[in-house]
Amino acid sequence: MDMIRRTLVVAAIGGAALAAAPVFAQDKFITVASTTSTENSGLFKAILPVFEKQTGIQVRVVALGTGQALDLARRGDADVLFVHNKRAEEKFVAEGYGIDRNDVMYNDFVLVGPKSDPAKVGGGKDILVALKTIEAAKAPFASRGDKSGTHSAELRYWKAAGVDPTAGKGSWYRETGSGMGATLNTASGMSAYVLTDRGTWLSFKNRGDLTVLVEGDPRLFNQYGIMLVNPAKHPHVKKDMGQVFIDWVLSPAGQKQIASYKIGGQQLFFPNAKQ
Amino acid sequence: MRAPSSILPLVLESVSFVAGGRAIVDAISCEIGAGSRTVIVGPNGAGKSVLMRLCHGLLRPTSGRVVWRGVGTAAIGRRQAMVFQRPVMLRRSAIANLEYALALQDVARADRTRLAREAIERVGLGHLAGRSARVLSGGEQQRLAIARAWALRPEVLFLDEPTASLDPTATREIETAIAAIHACGTKIVMTTHNLGQARRLADEIFFLNQGRLAEHAPAERFFTAPATAEAAAFIKGELPWT
Amino acid sequence: MNSLHEAFGQAAALVASGDATLIEIVLLSLRVSLTAVLVAALIGLPIGAAIAVGRFPGRRTLIVVLNALMGLPPVVVGLLVYLLLSRAGPLGALGILFTPTAMVIAQTVLILPIIAALSRQAIEDAWSEYQEQLRSLGAGRLSAAFTLLWDTRFSLLTAVLAGFGRAAAEVGAVMIVGGNIDGVTRVMTTAIALETSKGDLPLALGLGVILISLVLILNAAAYLTKEAAQRRYG
Repeated sequence: MDMIRRTLVVAAIGGAALAAAPVFAQDKFITVASTTSTENSGLFKAILPVFEKQTGIQVRVVALGTGQALDLARRGDADVLFVHNKRAEEKFVAEGYGIDRNDVMYNDFVLVGPKSDPAKVGGGKDILVALKTIEAAKAPFASRGDKSGTHSAELRYWKAAGVDPTAGKGSWYRETGSGMGATLNTASGMSAYVLTDRGTWLSFKNRGDLTVLVEGDPRLFNQYGIMLVNPAKHPHVKKDMGQVFIDWVLSPAGQKQIASYKIGGQQLFFPNAKQ
Repeated sequence: MRAPSSILPLVLESVSFVAGGRAIVDAISCEIGAGSRTVIVGPNGAGKSVLMRLCHGLLRPTSGRVVWRGVGTAAIGRRQAMVFQRPVMLRRSAIANLEYALALQDVARADRTRLAREAIERVGLGHLAGRSARVLSGGEQQRLAIARAWALRPEVLFLDEPTASLDPTATREIETAIAAIHACGTKIVMTTHNLGQARRLADEIFFLNQGRLAEHAPAERFFTAPATAEAAAFIKGELPWT
Repeated sequence: MNSLHEAFGQAAALVASGDATLIEIVLLSLRVSLTAVLVAALIGLPIGAAIAVGRFPGRRTLIVVLNALMGLPPVVVGLLVYLLLSRAGPLGALGILFTPTAMVIAQTVLILPIIAALSRQAIEDAWSEYQEQLRSLGAGRLSAAFTLLWDTRFSLLTAVLAGFGRAAAEVGAVMIVGGNIDGVTRVMTTAIALETSKGDLPLALGLGVILISLVLILNAAAYLTKEAAQRRYG
């Protein structure tokens, strides 16, 4: 019948189109689960081409909050993990999901907020005092609320300050449940205080009324670590290529690339691998 | 060409069709024989169209039986065709609509083109063969529907109010086509609400009223000396019909 | 609004620059969504025809479910496909998570109900008009279904376009199963999400303008084709 023939022709064309799509695949690659801060700040875009050119290994970065990135790696959906929540990373390794965690670099967190600064925390050097003041003033505070590295750090500061911000949920304490950029957008929109990593802040363009108010507290130190997903747990992990990447990031060449990444003359990340 | 063994006569044994609790066709028994032109008439809602669909096999009787009593009863569906009040044409050329119908009857590809071409010429639409069927006028579409039925060389052709929505010129063309098909030996069974048309075309009349077969007579006698008061009233135009 | 103005400027500048990355992203978007539409149409149209013409127990329930599935949240689809394709999932061995193939699968799942439900409606309407004629001509349900698929082709094009629009516009599913990997799985919508999170709203909006223009051009082309064909075929 005509109709059946026509349908078959269409199906054949469709099949051919699908079959002609292997351009999609490239086999020499690794998948790195990382954080929005490293991706959004443009760091990977700056350093990865150098690595890829040297080794021919394509690095595919899936950028998520650190919590999500850890989950992803735990399921075996990444070869290398490059995140910033040292405690969670050490737990990850202790549970056997990762091996050989190494410090890579650090940057720092900064507390940003509206220029009007209703809680009057600007210029302070103590993050704990600043948070207590914000809580006392019931000034709007935007939290990631997404179990990311930055969120975990923020919660640690609240705890150290002896404040339970969740009591202010729904009023002054607002959890966005999204990434750093989205949370900055929200904070900018409602003139709220927000804790952010400096890298994302420097590359963030929609600042509106926001400005850096508190920085320089040693507690705001933000350490990034890298590790291989455990091939014993997930046999498909590309351990050789993954190790090549890790070794490069930790090598003087890789560390130099990280140090040389700047926005507006400002260095974003400070390499501190122990070699 | 007459098939070697006829499927006729068609016998209805106390056929009823009930829908929505109402008997639309009510215990009709009759026999429709070969050769003649049978015209079913009756007022609006008498059950003409339903009766025709029961005969053609599109509807199943609620009770009773529709039986083809002829010898050659294999593949009865292929020995009969039907033309509806509103022709349904597929979105393709006029000639392709005919070829489609032939393909459904497993006619060999080479024969399809020839049979379709013959049929479309017979209804005088040869010059429109390549045009899309759906953009033809109502009258042309109905002639095409007749050509489609004709191409199948049915032994029996059912027509349900084939000219109900057509103007006089188109009606005349359809009537000519029906006469030509009958002349080729096809049994004609049609319904009409047009008494003039019934007079022109009928050899025998089935008169339906309120789902019952009120009168069955040769056309001549039906129009000159109706046996029932209902039929007489109908002929005089005293029963509501459309 | 100033940033709206800026967005159109950005869009124009982006298009004028012929930026290779942009072209790559646009092509990947089209390739992923068009492939998904093709696959979903090949599966969805016959399903729609079968439900329209078929008579089987549970048919009405199936129609209701199908109609409801038209509103599937992309994130849910993304999550389901992610769990399927994840290394820890049942299809993990395929190793296609974070590839365009995974995105095609997610979008196919997302738009299959749309194409099936809309085509079911169109074909059922035609079926009620054609049914007696086709049965009279001796067509069985299967061959009637194929006839109707071809005869309603102009209406079905609209169903397929609706599927394409949804596929090209969604971000939730491709973000999860594609991972928005630069140069590999970054498409228009995930690029827009990324630029938004970087706070570069004009660029994000500019990309949005380009995306909408593309969908508009495709729809206009399809509409004109359909109109011309409809004039010819009635």
